[in-house]
Order: sequence, then C-alpha cells, then structure tokens
Amino acid sequence: MNRGSPSPKTLFAVWAALLLLLALTWGVARLNLGIWNPVAAVTIAVAKMLLVVLIFMHVLYGVRLIWVFAAAGFFWLCIMISLTLGDYLTRGAF
Amino acid sequence: MPEANPAVAHQFEDAEQQLHAAHFGMWTFLATEVLFFGGLFMAYILYRHAYPHDFAEASKHTDLLYGTLNTAILLTSSLTMALAVHASHSNQPKATVRFLLLTLLFAAGFLMVKGFEYHEDFAEKLVPGPHFNPALPPRAGLFFWLYWTMTGLHAIHVTVGIGLLAVITVLARRGRFSSRYYTPVEISGLYWHFVDLVWIFLYPLLYLIDRHT
Repeated sequence: MNRGSPSPKTLFAVWAALLLLLALTWGVARLNLGIWNPVAAVTIAVAKMLLVVLIFMHVLYGVRLIWVFAAAGFFWLCIMISLTLGDYLTRGAF
Repeated sequence: MPEANPAVAHQFEDAEQQLHAAHFGMWTFLATEVLFFGGLFMAYILYRHAYPHDFAEASKHTDLLYGTLNTAILLTSSLTMALAVHASHSNQPKATVRFLLLTLLFAAGFLMVKGFEYHEDFAEKLVPGPHFNPALPPRAGLFFWLYWTMTGLHAIHVTVGIGLLAVITVLARRGRFSSRYYTPVEISGLYWHFVDLVWIFLYPLLYLIDRHT
C-alpha cells in the first residue's frame, strides 16, 4: 500500500510550509485587494489542504485507487456548489 | 505457507488487503464528512454573496488573535499526529505514545482557546437572538449563525478526535502496534488531519473577510 512514506524531515518541512502559509494568508488579508482578497484566501487554503492531504494523509504515497477515493468527496462537493450557484445566480433574486 | 499474521482478520487474504480495506473505508467516511460540512459551506457562500457588506462587518467582530493561534495549534497537532503514525510503523512504541500525547495536548489546547473565545463572544453579545448586539448590521445574525454552527460542529469533531486518540494512546502503551500492524493509528490520523482540514477553510472564511480597514 505505502510506496514509502514521508520521513520526519519531510513532515517537519510540510509543517513549516503550513505555518508560512498561515502567516501569508494573515498578511494578505490586511492588504486591500478588493475582489482578490477572497481569491487569495481560498487559494492559500487550497494549498494548505493539498499539503495536508498529499503528505500528512499519505495520498501521494498511496495506490491510484486512494487518489480516486480522496478526490470523490471533493468532486461531489464541487457538483453541489456549482449546481446550487447555477440556480441561485440565474434567478436574479439573490 | 507464509506464517499467519494474528492481526489479519479471517475474511482477508493478507495484511495488505486488510490495510487497503481500512483505507478505502475511512476515505469513504471522510467523503461523507466533506459533504456534511459542505452543506454549511454552501450556505455560507450563498449568504456571503447575498450580503457581502454585512458579512464583512460581522467578521470584524471575531477574535483574530484566538483564531490565528488556534490555526497554528491545529496545524502543529497534525504534525505530531503524522509523526506518531511514522513512529508506529517504524517500530518505536515509546515515540508513538509520546507523539500521541502531544497531539492530545494540542487538541485540548485548541478547545481551551476556543472556550476563551466563545466566552468573549458571549460577552460581546454575538449570539443571534433577542440579545444580539444591536450595533451590528441587520444580516450579521446570519454570519454568526454560521459561525456558531460551523465552529461548534468542528469543536464536536475535535472532542470526538480526543476520545479516539485517547483510546489509541492506551492501545499504543500496551504495545499493540508495530510495523506489522498499525492500521488504527493511521486511520485515526486520517480523521485527525480531516479535522485540521475543516479548520484550514473556516479560518479565512470566518476571521479574514475584511481585515484591511
């Protein structure tokens, strides 16, 4: 199952990157970027998510079927969000 | 014939197949969790889109210091959890217990900080209802309804995680895990990292909407 797994050195590096991204998202939020503020916030959150999922949760080291299982929840979430927004945003009442 | 591994249940061919089954089962459960929280994120997206200014104004009343501190605590607890999994499958039972205890300590620290924060939120009258802070814009109640529900549901998950990790710690102390069998440590780790993931999104969405004015 595990084609190798992350070494403690890798784990510490990921942790450092996560804290750096936390500092970055906090810093960026203090600048007025208009519409780009939420875009930056969500982009940084997604970067943190990928680090946690791929390395802490070992998906990077797992078999292909694990990639499918891990992506499935996110995929259905995207379906829910896009179809719901497709409805609300085209009604003109919201 | 290979030596039978006592940790392999009779319905599985071998330890690897059993590990596969455990992983797929846990990821399926996590997919249901994604959709469980997903409904609340959906509500958040719709109402923030409908009332951007009220959400921005309301978000300024969350406590940025507590929120940021708690994000750092949870990210660090994910590190100690990953180190515990690493220790358990490289045959270091003492290190496993030590890292699990550290993870529990951070988890308790998170709840403690959240408790202080909730206490201040109560004092600031940020609970929607008849005593809701009248100085806030009309739709701020929607933001705080989502704030309490999402952070509350997350805190329940942290509490469940503490119970789960406490059991795993006791089992690790009894020497139940080794490179041959450490599935429960790994599966609980997946759950704990998921709890961290939810917070990674809650932090910018609840605390960082409008911090530049």
